[in-house]
Amino acid sequence: MSMSANTKNLKKSVSLYEWLTTDSPASRNQARLSSWYMSWLELRSNPMAMFGITILVALLLIAWFAPFLAPHSPFTQDLAARLTPPGEGGYILGSDSLGRDILSRLIYGSRITLYIVSLVALMAPIVGLFVGTAAGYLGGWVDTVLMRITDIFLAFPKLILALAFVSALGAGIENAVLAIVLTSWPPYARIARAETLTIRDADFIHAIKLQGAGPLRIITRHIWPLCISSLVIRVTLDMAGIILTAAGLGFLGLGAQPPSPEWGAMISAGRKFILDHWWVATMPGLAIFIVSLAFNLLGDGLRDVLDPKKSSK
Amino acid sequence: MKNLLEVKNLTVKFPTRNGIFEAVRNISFSLGRERLGIVGESGSGKSMTGRAILRLIRNPGILEADHITLEGKDLLMLSEKEMYKVRGHRISMIMQDPKFSLNPVMRIGDQICEAYRLHARASKAEAKKKTLSMLENVLIRDPARVFKSYPHEMSGGMGQRIMIAMMLIPDPQILIADEPTSALDVTVQKEVLEIMDKLVRERGMGLIFISHDLNVVSAFCDRVLIMYAGKIVETCRADRLHEATHPYTVGLLNSIPQLEHPADHLQVLQRDEAWSKAPSVSGIVKTEDLA
Repeated sequence: MSMSANTKNLKKSVSLYEWLTTDSPASRNQARLSSWYMSWLELRSNPMAMFGITILVALLLIAWFAPFLAPHSPFTQDLAARLTPPGEGGYILGSDSLGRDILSRLIYGSRITLYIVSLVALMAPIVGLFVGTAAGYLGGWVDTVLMRITDIFLAFPKLILALAFVSALGAGIENAVLAIVLTSWPPYARIARAETLTIRDADFIHAIKLQGAGPLRIITRHIWPLCISSLVIRVTLDMAGIILTAAGLGFLGLGAQPPSPEWGAMISAGRKFILDHWWVATMPGLAIFIVSLAFNLLGDGLRDVLDPKKSSK
Repeated sequence: MKNLLEVKNLTVKFPTRNGIFEAVRNISFSLGRERLGIVGESGSGKSMTGRAILRLIRNPGILEADHITLEGKDLLMLSEKEMYKVRGHRISMIMQDPKFSLNPVMRIGDQICEAYRLHARASKAEAKKKTLSMLENVLIRDPARVFKSYPHEMSGGMGQRIMIAMMLIPDPQILIADEPTSALDVTVQKEVLEIMDKLVRERGMGLIFISHDLNVVSAFCDRVLIMYAGKIVETCRADRLHEATHPYTVGLLNSIPQLEHPADHLQVLQRDEAWSKAPSVSGIVKTEDLA
């Protein structure tokens, strides 16, 4: 009891900064918070990563508050004001061939982008985790079969394979997500398998084995938690690729369908006017560029912070 | 009362490029409700013997035996699925280094609960209660805190006590301890051994204690098997270890410094080819002899 009272007094007497950076934490929670704070400081000292974070936070806010931020409706057409250059007639980023405000469409389009990215980032690593850990732990012919299947998927360029899947499944956002998942799980399976191979002969796996645990329990309860950290880092690095693939599918008319304001589809619609009315294709292009750059920078920064082998402690 | 475990002509082989390597060669022994020590130098096959009883020899190892009988049931006849029920539930094993035998990303309490719930049909709350009382049994001071901690927060001695708790919680009949104290320092060693001894006695379990430390074994066990090159070269009562006759055992004993008889030079063990060629001594004891 006296310990916690002490901590509280301490908290009042020193500043929050000192409380967070102390060498001798007084409680477990303080130790945990201060280690988080240290990681945050390390991330903050990396300006590129901070740039990435700022953009992504902005993107999240924009997507969340889209109805309040967008000056016009993304769907209302005004044929009289079609192809208005940026800055004229109240269209900050200009209007497209049907007279829709490009800025509003970009703002609403961020929702679609985030939707695709988050769904793929949730599903692909899980598929990879299943396949990779099963292959790595069970070994033998299971390993051979699963890894050869993985190799087959890896042998195709991502976009081509996704194209094939979408054309087979039918165009649409959900199918685009499925197709991207189907093409992006193999690297995760590889990582999970490699990680599993290093863990499977560890003593604690033997210990649980001689307690009578079967393979299913060992994989799900003891191997999965250990694979997750490396998968998470890989996912942040892959986000940009996912956005590009989604935009590529949209551009080819196989992702989100008009009139939905998907960025790739917007570029595709602006393609016809690119010489006379450059802004129609350029603005969504810039949006894609900036967001994928932000994801990449954040991924790099996170890897530096989270990688235990590189830590300077 | 019959023997808990009887092993007859156990052989463990590993095919290598240079032919077949036999890690354990034709050994037989039995275990009642007693503490059986297995001693020998590195590579003499003592750990392999422990693993072989649980049928956990790593590929490509081959396990052969006339029979490994646990209370009248031959373990070699069981399917792999039935073995899951034997491991942990009937026979448990404590491994050398507690640092590596606990999952680093799972809370200690969860790991012990899991060990319990693998074999007993119990609710989570029951398992937690049982775990806490088990942690108390191995003299851990603040079980509630340890329950929520991760393995890296524990010291070596605490880790090994946690392992003992984890291995004893399903109430096995036989405990195999594979050098349970060699990763610990001497003062902690004694503490851990005492805890293990107390629990094993209370529950009337059979204990196979694998070690290279003759002093510990002679103080702690009832009966000793001495292994050399995959064979049992001698078997004797632990308190009469100093009357051992086999030259290998004598050599081992002579290479330990003794406080009462200080010597300027300790003897170096001289090996004899004949030892590894001689047939294995049987470690099977009829229960009548024990009494």
